[in-house]
Amino acid sequence: MWNWFHKLASPPHFYRLAGIFSPWLLWSSLILIAIGTYGGLVLAPADYQQGEGFRIIYVHVPSSYLSTMIYALMAITSGIGLIWRIKLAHAVAASAAPIGASFTVVSLLTGMLWGKPMWGTYWEWDPRLTSELILLFIYFGYMSLRASFEDIGKADRAGGLLAVVGVVNLPIIHYSVIWWSSLHQGPSIKKLDAPSISGDMLWPLLLLIAASTLFFGAILLYRARAEVLDREHNSRWVQDLLGERPGAG
Amino acid sequence: MNLARFFAAIVRRELQIAFKRWGDLVSPLMFFVMVASLFPLALSPQHEMLRNLGPAVLWIAALLATLLSLNALFRADIEDGSMEQLVLSPYPLALALFGKTVAHWLLNGLPLVVLAPALAVTYYLPGEGVRALSLTLLIGTPTLSLLGAVGAALTAGVRQSGGLLALLVLPLMLPVLMFGARATDLAASGEQISGPVYLLSALFLLALSLLPLASAAAIRISLD
Repeated sequence: MWNWFHKLASPPHFYRLAGIFSPWLLWSSLILIAIGTYGGLVLAPADYQQGEGFRIIYVHVPSSYLSTMIYALMAITSGIGLIWRIKLAHAVAASAAPIGASFTVVSLLTGMLWGKPMWGTYWEWDPRLTSELILLFIYFGYMSLRASFEDIGKADRAGGLLAVVGVVNLPIIHYSVIWWSSLHQGPSIKKLDAPSISGDMLWPLLLLIAASTLFFGAILLYRARAEVLDREHNSRWVQDLLGERPGAG
Repeated sequence: MNLARFFAAIVRRELQIAFKRWGDLVSPLMFFVMVASLFPLALSPQHEMLRNLGPAVLWIAALLATLLSLNALFRADIEDGSMEQLVLSPYPLALALFGKTVAHWLLNGLPLVVLAPALAVTYYLPGEGVRALSLTLLIGTPTLSLLGAVGAALTAGVRQSGGLLALLVLPLMLPVLMFGARATDLAASGEQISGPVYLLSALFLLALSLLPLASAAAIRISLD
């Protein structure tokens, strides 16, 4: 087990392994996304309350789920990197951040588009929208902290510490926002959750959540491979790989 | 030298340095007063509206004033090398940084707590609201200082870190702001505030127990 772990942490091995896995992940995710989209947009019946508008759920829920899942992944890999001093783990965390931020943006935008027909407004200070927005700020903070260091080792450790501090704070922020809004007087927003969701609406959603996770995995591996190449560009194996001799370039 | 004396020595040193430079000490306070007095000028001085906006405006002004003073928290120590001595010293770095944070709160947070009631009166907050504002600032500003210390330690090695520091710590400070302003607002309209005050206290205790360790880890990263 540990042997395998250490082997995985070696950049050349990871580079090779990621190169094998990423096309499989990408193609299977694209096929599943196609099936799920067809199921969601064509086969699923229109909602009796929300009409066709509910179909935005098939983009909104997977991206919201991924936006938090990716942050958790970032914090875990940063923790691994800080504790065992594995540079590869930091490289994975660094490559995950922009993807997570993108999914957060998609989740916010689809939430706003969904809010317009359902709530009658693009933006509502609803607890879930608000904490999603704060999550986006935290992603931006992480990325700009990394970008402000020239030394990549320093960027790794500072960013890693921020990711770990942030993951302790995320639940606090999330529940604060919920309690904060429950302290508000005034009309409460009608929640969108239907009490139950029928089977032919549900399976495309579950399929799309799984497919988006695979898609994230594929993009993460592509990005991490590029990141590893960039970080190791002076090492022997990268130069062998690219067919360059030291001193030739 | 035992730990308590070490801690006291750190706090005393920070206070002595700060009192030699009055300007740095006063400017966050002036900023607090000016931000708070901009709102009635930009809006209109209607009693009703100011009373409704007061808790939020005063809390945001206090938050921004804290942020303004955080930038320089560890900078001078890193530039003159005394931070490296603290890292190398046999005493725990977290305790030294905690001492600096306490001094920061005494110099920046406590004056805000003292000054806030005067500003609250200019926002026509009733007595209950003024008391709630003082109480929540008293519990909330130490939490802000502790959170800010982590951000200042992380950005200590970065040039032009002002904007970055705000981006890092503002999202983390949001719960304090929400509960502080909400409690003041509730008190001003004559309601119970024990809920948000307990939550603020919980945040303070959590910050007190964990964040000095995070600051120490961040300083170690920034220094090497």
